[in-house]
Amino acid sequence: MGYEFDFSAVFTNWQLLLIGLRNSIILGVTCLTLGLSLGLVVGTMRYARAPVLNWPATAFIEVFRNTPVLVQIMWFFFAFPIISPFEINAFTAASLGLTLNTAAFSAEIFRAGIQSVERGQWEAGKALGMPYLDQLRRIVLPQAIRRMVPAFMNRAVELMKMTSLASVIAYGELMHKAKQISTLEFNPIEMYTSVALIFFVLIYPMALLVQRFELKLKDAVRS
Amino acid sequence: MNEILRLENLRKSFGNVEVLKGIDLTVAKGEVVVLIGASGSGKSTMLRCINFMEIPTAGRIVLHGTPVGQKASGRINYVERELTGIRTRIGMVFQHFNLFPHMTVRENVMEGPRTVLKLKPEECMRRAESNLGKVGLGWKADSYPSQLSGGQQQRVAIARALAMEPEIMLFDEVTSALDPELVGEVLETMKELADDGMTMLIVTHELGFAYTVADRVLFLSDGTILEHGTPAEILTHPRQEATKNFLRGHNSFRLPEPQLD
Repeated sequence: MGYEFDFSAVFTNWQLLLIGLRNSIILGVTCLTLGLSLGLVVGTMRYARAPVLNWPATAFIEVFRNTPVLVQIMWFFFAFPIISPFEINAFTAASLGLTLNTAAFSAEIFRAGIQSVERGQWEAGKALGMPYLDQLRRIVLPQAIRRMVPAFMNRAVELMKMTSLASVIAYGELMHKAKQISTLEFNPIEMYTSVALIFFVLIYPMALLVQRFELKLKDAVRS
Repeated sequence: MNEILRLENLRKSFGNVEVLKGIDLTVAKGEVVVLIGASGSGKSTMLRCINFMEIPTAGRIVLHGTPVGQKASGRINYVERELTGIRTRIGMVFQHFNLFPHMTVRENVMEGPRTVLKLKPEECMRRAESNLGKVGLGWKADSYPSQLSGGQQQRVAIARALAMEPEIMLFDEVTSALDPELVGEVLETMKELADDGMTMLIVTHELGFAYTVADRVLFLSDGTILEHGTPAEILTHPRQEATKNFLRGHNSFRLPEPQLD
């Protein structure tokens, strides 16, 4: 292997990479916020017994869990504008794909979390005269969400990694910037190594935090 | 008699199984009614129908002279909003306490007044203090339920129900999940409540308690009230064979009067 590593072009282009990183984070945080909120709604519908609520929620979840995110992003970017009256830019298409995917997965987390709370808790709220939504909001969700935190943090980690998929529709996130620089500078090895490193530095602390939290939760259950 | 609650031909089925087969009962204000009977006889279901935790299949519940639900073409329709209102007026205590584990004892008791009755924070606080005081647990207000003994948890659950200032209290086997040495403190709390004039319907296996505190005892068997009367009539001079068998089962092993002084 006679390859000479030369990382200088990575450093001369650091400002571009920083913009890319910023865009990755913006995309990730946007999709996480929207995805979790939508996931709560869909998860609650999925838990409901009424078919009008349950059926659409189930369909939504199954479609978005069982198709590749990359395909979803491409579909929203190329196909969606044709069948809808909206112009759609790369950020919106990527956000749609990632948000709906996150919503589908987190809906299942919400449903499982809600299901893990004993029936007696609902009953106690009901016996006090709480309507269903108050039972959910005041009694069940606060308990369920604690148990769901590690699963959500895992979703956040996955989502952060998936933001790199937005590069295929030329959204200027980290991966896309790296691709641009490497075509100009002919340094794909150094460029993508650096991108991997940046992602690792960003995501590894999140993963550590998840582990810490899971341990803490185990202790809480034991006591 | 100052009637507060009336059940008219109350029926409840789960699928094809009829659990309540026509219950008629009138309860006076301040009366303490104890329901006894074998498991599966329908006592708990009857109790749970009264505050509509279960929706009766047929029959009527009349609260303070007002029938609950609207009669429409031979059956009765219930609107959730009306039932929610009924539940705020009837307190219920469960076998497994069901305290809210993410709230302190004080917050547990304040929750109903706050979220359901939407009272001012000071009033919620006042109700929490006074009702925790009533069950002797004011000093535990800042603890979490998991830090309390079973008996203490159940007393908090009673305080939580009382904070709604209900007209009737329902007790569904509230000492069945407790260690024997913790049963007394809960029964004591209930007795004080009865002495204060609270209207109470109690499902229990504590026959000594029933004998001491009840104004009336109902013996349920197979979804009907087989026998009812004063504690002395039902518990010491039962007429029905099923009641006698039930009491025999409860009395097969007993202590002579223990010398405790």
